[in-house]
Parts: sequence; structure tokens; C-alpha cells
Amino acid sequence: MNDVAIRVKNLSKQYRIGGPQVPYKTIRESLIEAGRAPFRRMRKLLCGHAYGAAEMDATIWALKDVSFEVKRGEVVGIIGRNGAGKTTLLKILSRITEPTEGYAEVHGRVGSLLEVGTGFHPELTGRENIYLNGAILGMKRAEIERKFDEIVDFAEIERFLDTPVKHYSSGMYVRLAFAVAAHLEPDILLVDEVLAVGDAEFQKKCLGKMKEVTKEGRTVLFVSHNLSAVQRLCESSFVLDQGHLIFQGIAQAGVARYIDIVRSRRGNAILFKESKVDTGLRFVSCYVAEEPGKPVNYLRYTVGGHLVIEYEVSRILHGAQVTFELWHSEYGCVLSSTSLDRGVRTSTLSPGIYRSELTIPPFLIRPGAYWVTLSASVPGIQMFDEIEQACQFDVTDDGSPIALLSQGRRGIILPVLEWQITCVDSGA
Amino acid sequence: MRKVVDHRTQTDSVECSPPATALPVTIIRPSRGWISLNLHDLWEYRELLYFLTWRDIKVRYKQTVLGAAWAIIQPFFTMVVFSLFFGKLAKVPSDDIPYPIFSYAALVPWTFFANGLSQSSTSLVASANLIKKVYFPRLVVPISAVISGGVDFVLAFVVLLGMMLFYGTVPTAAVVWLPLLLLLALVTSLGVGLWLTAMNVQFRDVRYAVPFLVQAWMFATPIAYPSSLLDEPWRTLYGINPMAGVVEGFRWALLGSETAPGPIVLVSALVAIGLLVSGAFYFRRMEKTFADVV
Repeated sequence: MNDVAIRVKNLSKQYRIGGPQVPYKTIRESLIEAGRAPFRRMRKLLCGHAYGAAEMDATIWALKDVSFEVKRGEVVGIIGRNGAGKTTLLKILSRITEPTEGYAEVHGRVGSLLEVGTGFHPELTGRENIYLNGAILGMKRAEIERKFDEIVDFAEIERFLDTPVKHYSSGMYVRLAFAVAAHLEPDILLVDEVLAVGDAEFQKKCLGKMKEVTKEGRTVLFVSHNLSAVQRLCESSFVLDQGHLIFQGIAQAGVARYIDIVRSRRGNAILFKESKVDTGLRFVSCYVAEEPGKPVNYLRYTVGGHLVIEYEVSRILHGAQVTFELWHSEYGCVLSSTSLDRGVRTSTLSPGIYRSELTIPPFLIRPGAYWVTLSASVPGIQMFDEIEQACQFDVTDDGSPIALLSQGRRGIILPVLEWQITCVDSGA
Repeated sequence: MRKVVDHRTQTDSVECSPPATALPVTIIRPSRGWISLNLHDLWEYRELLYFLTWRDIKVRYKQTVLGAAWAIIQPFFTMVVFSLFFGKLAKVPSDDIPYPIFSYAALVPWTFFANGLSQSSTSLVASANLIKKVYFPRLVVPISAVISGGVDFVLAFVVLLGMMLFYGTVPTAAVVWLPLLLLLALVTSLGVGLWLTAMNVQFRDVRYAVPFLVQAWMFATPIAYPSSLLDEPWRTLYGINPMAGVVEGFRWALLGSETAPGPIVLVSALVAIGLLVSGAFYFRRMEKTFADVV
């Protein structure tokens, strides 16, 4: 069985979190407890039950009974929601942290890109940091010297080689950091979300480098939220959910499985608490849905969906408008719209519960994280209700051909436009 | 965790996978109880030790006006203060050696020890982001913190040589023991540093305790006064404080103080080795939790 790169058996990792063991009962007891606690904590810690939260007893399994095998040269995408145990798995395989139970066998040198720029010292120059960072990542000095020019080329920082990195722009910093890490030549490469850094141009370069690495027959474990990158780079995938490995197989199927998990969770129709002051109009709930009445926490870029806003009117209101703003987590406000947009100036609302449904067309809102801000008012006269971040949802890139093509494309929205191409002059 | 090297070579080559030569196999499993020091791994990472030490030295006096002069100012002005208050006012005996050089010869190794101790005790927490992101034998962090103080020692030592010239002190042949005495200071500093830095990961109390510890330890060491104030066997027992051995050894080797400190140094060396070995094992035992707790 010499073609195995990684073999993992029943790997588990427990973390301690949560509250104190016993609630204190009386003042006397808690005073005694307060007196004893440091000693008990000290004893526990010195006896090897060494956890920062030794007095805390609640535990969580970040990883539970995970077993798998990765063949040499295989490129595996690891997907799962936040907290599913992806990073914990990589940390154990790279020996940063120890498993609580189980066993893993790693054949060959492991290089990890858990976070670029680790160990950079701001006071040192680019040149010095290349050596330092290389050594931290486990490269020998001779190896760094051999690849030095290549690294500098890749990072495009020739002119600033002897400038302390604290004067670098964040782009340069990241480029240099990635360049050093990318020139490490491990037998097994562990990558965690590094592609989220840098500008589009550089991301493309990073993806190219990753592809190159995979072509050289190295084994790669790639953790990412970028489903289309996983589909393009990886032949197989693991899906983790709450510490369990729930799927292993080809990448396409893994992505589909992941989308299933996310969808199967109860959608989050946010219900707002009743405020004490009755202003006349208050928001009841707000959510996105693909089918009416079924709240979900994400929409597919290729399918679109609806934004549903429910509100309660307690008295007759004249000229009231309901407004929402759609915010992208990085780009800011994408659009805003109000119920009076169609020019109805004299709308009258009688008491009751209302529901507004707005259609979010497919092929428009770029994949990413969004939230909705709500407000209701008679413009310029009275404010009824206002909720920041009333509803949060993701727009996911489900690996459609169009989403694949759009990688690295800039712009706040991502519409698919008709190109009417006619030849106006044949040049003859 | 232990590392075994797989010497098997691939006999049945699978198409399209690269020709596999003996790849090192790493076994990862939870460790229990006391674990080996894994000095082999430490040796593998000696270049990292070199680079971390080099980084600490380069960065040490960046953005300071006086720069490396601090390495001299610290022990030198302590010597001035000691000479005024202990030498002139309190008339503390100094084994018939001029008081300034008597105290300075002790302050040079002491400063090396004290700085090494404070640097190494906070070293793990200071490199928290490294520890959480990359694997390497964690022992290199406190070791490099102590070693990088060597540059400061050399600078302060040059001033000591200047003072010896000024006072016309001629070192005895015992000066050949100096490197070993310096090593003794290093071992003590590292031994205590290993205990403290591993504890500091759990209890940040250590950070507040260290300056106090260093101060108390300074007065428990014969720096401002000679150990000849004590009678035997107390004098030899004084060596339980390893820095007593270092300081008396330095005076003996450089200034030729007639009090041959052989027994003291021997006791000190034993205690220092005990500190280092126990510190290293404690450190290794706690090591597995560093990344989760720090």
C-alpha cells in the first residue's frame, strides 16, 4: 500500500468550552469556592488536564470518528459549513494540534498554507522575511536560496526587496507571503482558504499555481468555501458536518451534497420582537425563499428567489412606505427599493398584517454574503420602524457554467447580458 | 507524537504516480503522560533555531534611539548605583577588589541570565500566531529567546574588559572556565524559562510574576555582596542558587578573587541541569495543548 499519502482512522478532537461545572449556591460556599478555585485549577492544569478553560467542563467534538484514505497525487476538496471541523482536520494533519483520539499516518513532507504570512516580522525586509518565513515553513536554507529568484518574481516585489515589510501595501504583503508558501515543495499540501486573499489578478495566479502543484502529482487537501474552485481543482471531495465525515466521493457529488445540507437546515425567518411603543407599523419578519412560504438561508445565483417582508399595521396610515436596502458584506449597499417606487403617492394602509414579496431575479446578484436593512416611514414626516441587518443570507455559486466563467470578474452585480454582435464593416 | 522513517521503497509502481522513494512517515496519535524530548526533531529544525535567533537579534533594538547601547547601559548603571549605595555608603565588603569592577563582573552574567529568563518566559505567548499556524518543535522558541541575549552579553563583556584594563586587573589562567560558566548561566536561564513559558500559556499570571522573581533572585545572588560573608557549609549550599555559582565563578576566573568557588559551582551545575531537564520534560508534556490554549 505504498500509494497512500494520508490514512486516517477514527480521528477525533475534543475542545472544552462552555460554563462552569456547578453554580455556586450561597455566599459562604462561593467564598470558599473562590478561595479553593485557584488551587484546584492549578492542580488540574499541572496534572496535564491542561486546558485554558480547565474549570469549564462543557466539551465539544470538533471532529468525531473521521476515517479516510487519500491516495498519492489525489486532490481532495474539503467542504462544510463553518465549524464543521475542516480547519481542525488540517491542524491535526499538520501536527499543529494533537487529536484527542484516533490515529493518522502521513506519508511524506507536509506543507500547510493555513494562513499566509505567518511569522513575517514587520521590521525585517522582504529579503529577510523570505528566509525567515521559509525556515518557519520547514525549508532548508539551501532550498530557499535556490528558489529565491523565483519567489521574488512570483511576488513581483523586486524593487522593494530591501524595504521593511511594514511599509508594504497589504497586497504586496500577501503576494510575498503566498509566494514563499507556494514555493515550498511538500509531498502533501494542505490549503485553507488562502485564495480569499489578494486582488482578482493575483487570485488567478494563485489558482494557476495550485493547478501546477496538482499536475506535479502532489497530494493536496484543499479547504474552501469557493465551490466552483473546488469543482475545478479537485477530483474528489470530503463533506464534513458537525465534526463527522458525511460524504466522500467525486467533487461534483460532494458539492451537491453540501448544498443539500445547507438547504435542509431550517430556514431562518427572522421574527422581530414586539416593541413597546406602538408607532402604527412594525415589521414582523423578513426572509428569503425560493418557493413561497419556505424560508431558506441562501439563494442560488442561477435560480434567484424572493425576499419576503411581513409587517403589521395597527391603525390607518396614509402615504406610508416600506423600504429595504440590500447590502453586500464587502461591497456595501447594492440596491434599495421602496413600496412607493411605482409612483403611488397616496397609498392608504388599513390595520392588518401585510406581506410584501419581491422577486430577486437569477443571474443578477453576485455570490456572496448579504443582509437586508428595513425601514418604514411616511417620507419626511414620521418614522415607524427600522431594523438594521433584518435578514442575512448567502447567494451561492452552485457551479453553473456562468458562475465558473465569472471567477475573478469584478463588479457589484453579475448580470448575464445579451451581446448583440453584428459586423458593421467587414474591413474589405 | 513520534516520527518513524519508512525505509521501504516502492516495488510495484502505479502508473502516473511519481516514482516513490522512501518517504518519511509521520504517525499522529494522542500522546499520553510524559513523552520523550524528541531531540531528533529539534536537530532537524536547527536552521529554524538559527533564523529565529537571528531575527530576535536583528529586531531587538529596531526603532530605539540608543540601539545596542542599551545592552551596556543596563548593567553599567546598575553597577554605578550599587557602587554608590552598597560600595560607598554601606561599605559592603568586596573581597579586596575595587567595588565597581566587583559588582560589574557579576552584573554582566546576571543581566544575560535575567534578560534570557524574561524573554524566554514570554516567548511562547509572543509567538502565539506562529504556534497556532505552523508545526515545528516548540522548544526552539524559548531556546532562541535565551541565545539571542548572547549579543548583549558580548557588548557588556567588552565594557568589562575595558574596566579591567582601567583597574589594571589581570585575569588568571582560570579564565578558560569562562565559557563553561556562561553555559551554566544559559542552562539556568533556559531551565527556569522553560518552566515559566509553558506555565505562561495557561496562566498569564507568570508575566506579572517574572519581574518580581527576577528582582528577588537578584538580591538572593551575591552580586552586590560577596558569598564569602557566609561560612561553610552554608557557602557551598548557596550554590543551590545556580546564579551564585555563575557569579562567584566569573569573579574567580576574571578578577582572581581568592575564594576558589569550586564546590559552589559544582552544586550550581547540578541544580541547573536538574532545572533544565525537568523544565524540558514539563514543556514537552504541555506542548500538545499550546496550540489550543495560547
